[in-house]
Amino acid sequence: MIRALTTRRTEMAPFLLLLPAIATMLFVVALPLVFSLWTSLTPYKLTKPDTLYDFIWFRNYIRIFADWDFWEAFLRTIAFLTVAINLEFALGLGIALLINKITWGQRGLRTIMMFPMMFSPILVGFQFKFLFNDHIGVVNNALQSLGLTDQAIPWLVDANLAMFSITLAEVWMSTSVFAILLLAGLFAMPRDPLEAARVDGCNPWQVFRHITLPFLMPFAYIAMAIRSLDVARAYDLVAVMTDGGPAGRTELLWTLIARTGYDEAKMGQANAMAYISTILSVLFTWHFYRKLVAARRYMGGAE
Amino acid sequence: MAEITLEKVVKKYGAVGVVHGIDLSIAHQEFVVLVGPSGCGKSTTLRMIAGLEDITGGLVKIGGQVVNDLPPRKRNISMVFQNYALYPHMNVRDNLGFGLKIAGQSAPEIAKRVAEAADILGLAPLLDRTPAELSGGQRQRVAMGRAIVRNPDAFLFDEPLSNLDAKLRGQMRAEIKKLHQKVKTTVVYVTHDQVEAMTLADRIVVMKDGHIEQVGTPMEVFNHPLSTFVATFIGSPPMNLLPGLIEGSTVRLADGTGVPVPDRLKQFVRDGMAVQLGIRPDDISPVGHGLSQDGPGAEVALTVDLAEPLGMESLIYTRLAGQEVQAKLYGPRIVQPGEVLTFRLALDRAHLFDAATGKSVRAQ
Repeated sequence: MIRALTTRRTEMAPFLLLLPAIATMLFVVALPLVFSLWTSLTPYKLTKPDTLYDFIWFRNYIRIFADWDFWEAFLRTIAFLTVAINLEFALGLGIALLINKITWGQRGLRTIMMFPMMFSPILVGFQFKFLFNDHIGVVNNALQSLGLTDQAIPWLVDANLAMFSITLAEVWMSTSVFAILLLAGLFAMPRDPLEAARVDGCNPWQVFRHITLPFLMPFAYIAMAIRSLDVARAYDLVAVMTDGGPAGRTELLWTLIARTGYDEAKMGQANAMAYISTILSVLFTWHFYRKLVAARRYMGGAE
Repeated sequence: MAEITLEKVVKKYGAVGVVHGIDLSIAHQEFVVLVGPSGCGKSTTLRMIAGLEDITGGLVKIGGQVVNDLPPRKRNISMVFQNYALYPHMNVRDNLGFGLKIAGQSAPEIAKRVAEAADILGLAPLLDRTPAELSGGQRQRVAMGRAIVRNPDAFLFDEPLSNLDAKLRGQMRAEIKKLHQKVKTTVVYVTHDQVEAMTLADRIVVMKDGHIEQVGTPMEVFNHPLSTFVATFIGSPPMNLLPGLIEGSTVRLADGTGVPVPDRLKQFVRDGMAVQLGIRPDDISPVGHGLSQDGPGAEVALTVDLAEPLGMESLIYTRLAGQEVQAKLYGPRIVQPGEVLTFRLALDRAHLFDAATGKSVRAQ
């Protein structure tokens, strides 16, 4: 009897030891997740707490699926993600290739390259808002002084220009994520296959296209997976620079969600959107992760 | 036709010279092995022929054309690297066909030539694997296949076997030799392994410190080494070198032992000359257990310090003229340390080197 109890205790030990972690996870992750899922099925308003118990099934989802404003924000988010990530990849690759060629001062440049990552996105947003201001902004001032234009270009007011400005700020801030990961890839790259390709008849562009780039792609996919999560929740930059304006033309999913949830107090509906946004992020990450796994399969032979 | 000619080729990294003006001409379809210890400049020389290193001075010609300023892709050569240098993201088929694809060959032509090369090297069952899924020997074969599909003017091998284990190295060595017999092409092969050099080469080029020490067929280099460096580098175990003085027609060794100067070398020595007597372990054997029993020789009684039985022969460590020498006993006889045996020195195959310069007295 006593022995049976002791054995049982020994078996229980791992679970007992893990209990604090499990409890924390449940409380911090699972509970809010379940709670927000529940609220997305109610007409929950922060100002009317009783609405939390009014179960309305999928009416929130049906409503946002029928809402053109939501779809616009949804598609704009995907477009923003695609453009920003590709631009960052292209620029980051260029920077990494250049820095890889440098023999003197490489460490210093590597550090400088990462400066943009040290700033809070809010500060970056304010800075670019100032740069692009149509009256006192540095950009317009410079363009006018150089005589390239005599008008005040409405960088943050015109819908297309505003999206361009936001993308530029995002790219400025995060290109170094790609640059640093791709540079790591270049450092890890074996030299022999490059030489073999040169002997095999490749010109420098072909060496890059057929050997260097395929080798770097796993590193790019890591950066893309990280960045797709980042960009998909890009709220601060947009909130500071345009707050989704003018007239909702730079509205991304998260600014729309914040507006719906806090300004309009429709928390239930906002949570429904947030769930869709989360699924979108997961899909992007999963996509890049799968590509990463596929690309890594051959890396065992890269010595 | 693709003979390769080096004229006064120099390679310097900054002020440091690595290759000091070497001259070499390699005939069409010849298999030439550059051999030497690490840092002797053999790989650098090969890489200059390939175009992977700039040439500081002199001329490199392939097929009569000066290629100094041509990039590797315009030299029509193939190279096999020590680390195989396969393209990790391509399967074996694409690795083999890559050069042809870059050259703009049609898909059916590529498929045909890849199939031929795969056939020659026994790679057919592996064509869909990636390099990560291959063993070392298989990777080496793919690297060789990649070199032959392109039908180049010359093959360059940069220590291709040094990453393989001993058994596989022997097999691949034989395969390379067979390959050269099948695909008659000029080959320049770099190695630090004198066995590879001896077995593969039409001609061996022994290099040391950026200079060529000796060029010749394997047997020439083995039988008539021009310096103590070549004498000890080629042949295993290395040739024994014993310091001595010429007294008339005798070589007086350090402890006073006198050994007659071999007849064929008499004309090259003069009285009072400080020399080193070179004699291979194969030429010091207990009487009745040597390679040959006739011809001029000298007999001495020596004490066995250590014996390493190798089956049908034993390597014996003993002392001659106060110096450790290695000797060979042919036959299955087991020798015990401390045994005193009469050894016969086969002097017709002995060598004399000038003690001051290290050069063979014949080369003076």
